[in-house]
Amino acid sequence: MTALDPAEVFRQEASELFDVLEAALLDLGVRPDDKELVDSAFRALHTIKGSGAMFGFDEVASFTHEFETAFDRVRKGEIRPDQDLISVALAAKDYIRALIEAPESTDSIIGEGILGDLHRLVAPGQRHIEAQPSEPAPPFAQPGIGWQLHIEFDSDILRNGSNPLDLIEDLGKLGSCFVVALTDDVPFLDELDPERCFLKWDVTLHSDCNRDAIDDVFIFVMDEMKLVCTPLATTEIAPPLAPVEVPVEVPVDHPQPIEAAADRESRRSPKLDRREEARRSDDKANATVRVQAERLDELMDRVGELVIAQARLTQLASATNDIAIKSIAEEIERLAASLRDTTMGARMVPIGSLFGRFRRLVHDLSRDLGKPVEFVTAGEDTELDKTMIERLADPLVHLIRNAIDHGIEPTDARAASGKTELGQIEIAATHAGAQVLVTVRDNGAGLNTARIRAKAEEQGLVAPGAAMSDHDIHQFLFHPGFSTAQTISALSGRGVGMDVVKRTIEAMRGSIDLSTKPGHGTTVTLRLPLTLAIIEGLLIRVGEGRYIIPLSAVEECAELSTTDERARGRDFLNMHGGLVPFLRLRDLFDATGEPDKHQKIVIASSGETRVGLVVDQIIGSHQSVIKSLSKLHSDVTMFSGATILGDGTAALILDVAQLIATGQGPADKHLIKEAA
Amino acid sequence: MGNILTVDDSPSIRQMIKVTLAPAGHNVIEAGDGAQGLEKAKSGKLDLVITDLNMPVMNGLDFIRALRALPAFVGLPIVFLTTESNESVKAEAKKAGATGWITKPFKQEQLLSVVSKLVRS
Repeated sequence: MTALDPAEVFRQEASELFDVLEAALLDLGVRPDDKELVDSAFRALHTIKGSGAMFGFDEVASFTHEFETAFDRVRKGEIRPDQDLISVALAAKDYIRALIEAPESTDSIIGEGILGDLHRLVAPGQRHIEAQPSEPAPPFAQPGIGWQLHIEFDSDILRNGSNPLDLIEDLGKLGSCFVVALTDDVPFLDELDPERCFLKWDVTLHSDCNRDAIDDVFIFVMDEMKLVCTPLATTEIAPPLAPVEVPVEVPVDHPQPIEAAADRESRRSPKLDRREEARRSDDKANATVRVQAERLDELMDRVGELVIAQARLTQLASATNDIAIKSIAEEIERLAASLRDTTMGARMVPIGSLFGRFRRLVHDLSRDLGKPVEFVTAGEDTELDKTMIERLADPLVHLIRNAIDHGIEPTDARAASGKTELGQIEIAATHAGAQVLVTVRDNGAGLNTARIRAKAEEQGLVAPGAAMSDHDIHQFLFHPGFSTAQTISALSGRGVGMDVVKRTIEAMRGSIDLSTKPGHGTTVTLRLPLTLAIIEGLLIRVGEGRYIIPLSAVEECAELSTTDERARGRDFLNMHGGLVPFLRLRDLFDATGEPDKHQKIVIASSGETRVGLVVDQIIGSHQSVIKSLSKLHSDVTMFSGATILGDGTAALILDVAQLIATGQGPADKHLIKEAA
Repeated sequence: MGNILTVDDSPSIRQMIKVTLAPAGHNVIEAGDGAQGLEKAKSGKLDLVITDLNMPVMNGLDFIRALRALPAFVGLPIVFLTTESNESVKAEAKKAGATGWITKPFKQEQLLSVVSKLVRS
């Protein structure tokens, strides 16, 4: 870690600070009087400025300085941050970010423009810029042969960590010193307070140094001392002596508690107010170490291999009667499982980091489209695998755009239907078993079912007049190239969209669903697995091949009795009073060999659809470390990946959603739904 | 050499201090705010504290005061980092019990020179 370049650390840090800054600015738009937010924004700016200057980002430092100066009036409460100011501040933030991340693509003209806006907004015609701390004037050499010094310190100088002895020693570095300690004020021992300094000094310094050099020695204590400096007259040359160690009878370390300090402590320590206390405990909980993402990936890979090796060990151990080996195998199984959980836990990131990014999106869209929208988030602490979080960003951006562009009505339409002018977009995350639900909800007009249907009929996706539930009609929105937007805005309605969102989510082994209530809004629900790396699977056999069905998709397993079968083209099974269609995997995979006499059926579900999968044998549950299929197999849709079994052979992982889609033509899809 | 506690909410500044002081033989301990700094200070023997003033949770001034109020830290050199050239901040920090200061931006040599002023081998 020590080898890390501080400038690189600064880049990372700055990127986090920008998030903080942005969040604070956006919140200020809602709560302009929140002092805490102003302080938070200010602190972020201040750090960016300070660190920027340290690590060679001079332009960042000077721009941020001006930004900060302008914003200072907000901090002082002289100006209330309005939407204009916040928009400019956000632009300024973006500019600083660009200066750090892509300096070659920025232009100082943009920066000047932003600063101009900023100054105009905070103080028309009153632009004052604090001067940067300037270097002290170059010391002029004062000819001389030395100085006569008289030094007195405030008696409590020791308490604050300065050591007069060290200072006099430093003086000795300037030239030879003749030091006389004046002990007149030192009290008797019984009255002596060991934490106070009672000595004074007269020092004759033989050096051609100038006055500044002497002041420099005492720079930190200048205000707590009396220093009389007189140049030595040529006639007053004292005999040059070697630097003298002065016997200073001042103890420096005082570890013993003394009453005064104890008393002070008791008065001071409860000073933290409650809010600070709360934040403090918060902070402890968030104590973190930075780890490069790829190391986490590597760790996950190693753990995956360990889990596979462990599975083989377990299999071997089960074949032996050696108790010692069995118990070691069990121990390793337990450790591997807990190591796997810990590693997966380390990859979990709160989804809040993602939500934060959308606030800006909502803010900008809301301004561009002239629809006032409030952005609400919930469940920010919900954790998801970091890879999932990254992959979720684009689909969510799309859903939010849709919600604002199509969902939320224009202000006048809202007013006409008796709604509040302010639209609302809520994005929420919550755990549901081994899954995470992410919902994007708007309180807009809701989906126009009739229009979707008309469009679907026009595109030939459904026969005119065919009976379909509203829910099924809404599914057409996920159809490639399907858009009902009457006008194509800059934001959405280009037909690239919901189908891509759906594909992305399904690639993550998740599902997407929408529900709507006319006049009240639309909710899109994403169901996602917690991680992409390892799944609990159900190991099955079909013919000679073994396959994995993700356990999260499995609802139940049953024997397939011959009486349940129907001799129709597609098979249905009576389950709990409902009909479930089933697929014979033997047929689907063209399995060879005799079918097992007692066929089993695994009821699997994807979203709302349930389907039975007929297999030869159910072997048991299996920890499956997912290995993706090679590029050569990119057109294989029925399988989402492969895993390695205990005996070293590979098993393919079934993609239930795709299986259902493959097994069913679109025309009779709703038939299954009805049956289910 | 010495045990030096650096308290700053900016990891890059802490890193800068660390890469400057570690080669000089110092042991650098890091804390992200005053409250953490106080915890760390209590858990070991220190020779110097370098703290930022502007920090979340517990700012530098409160941190210095809290430290100074504890008998174990009387006489411990405390240096604060400040971007303000402004004298009132300095005066306030000195009043709180600071020993000295470093003005940001600073160079590695400047940091080393201040540290060598206050930490003796």
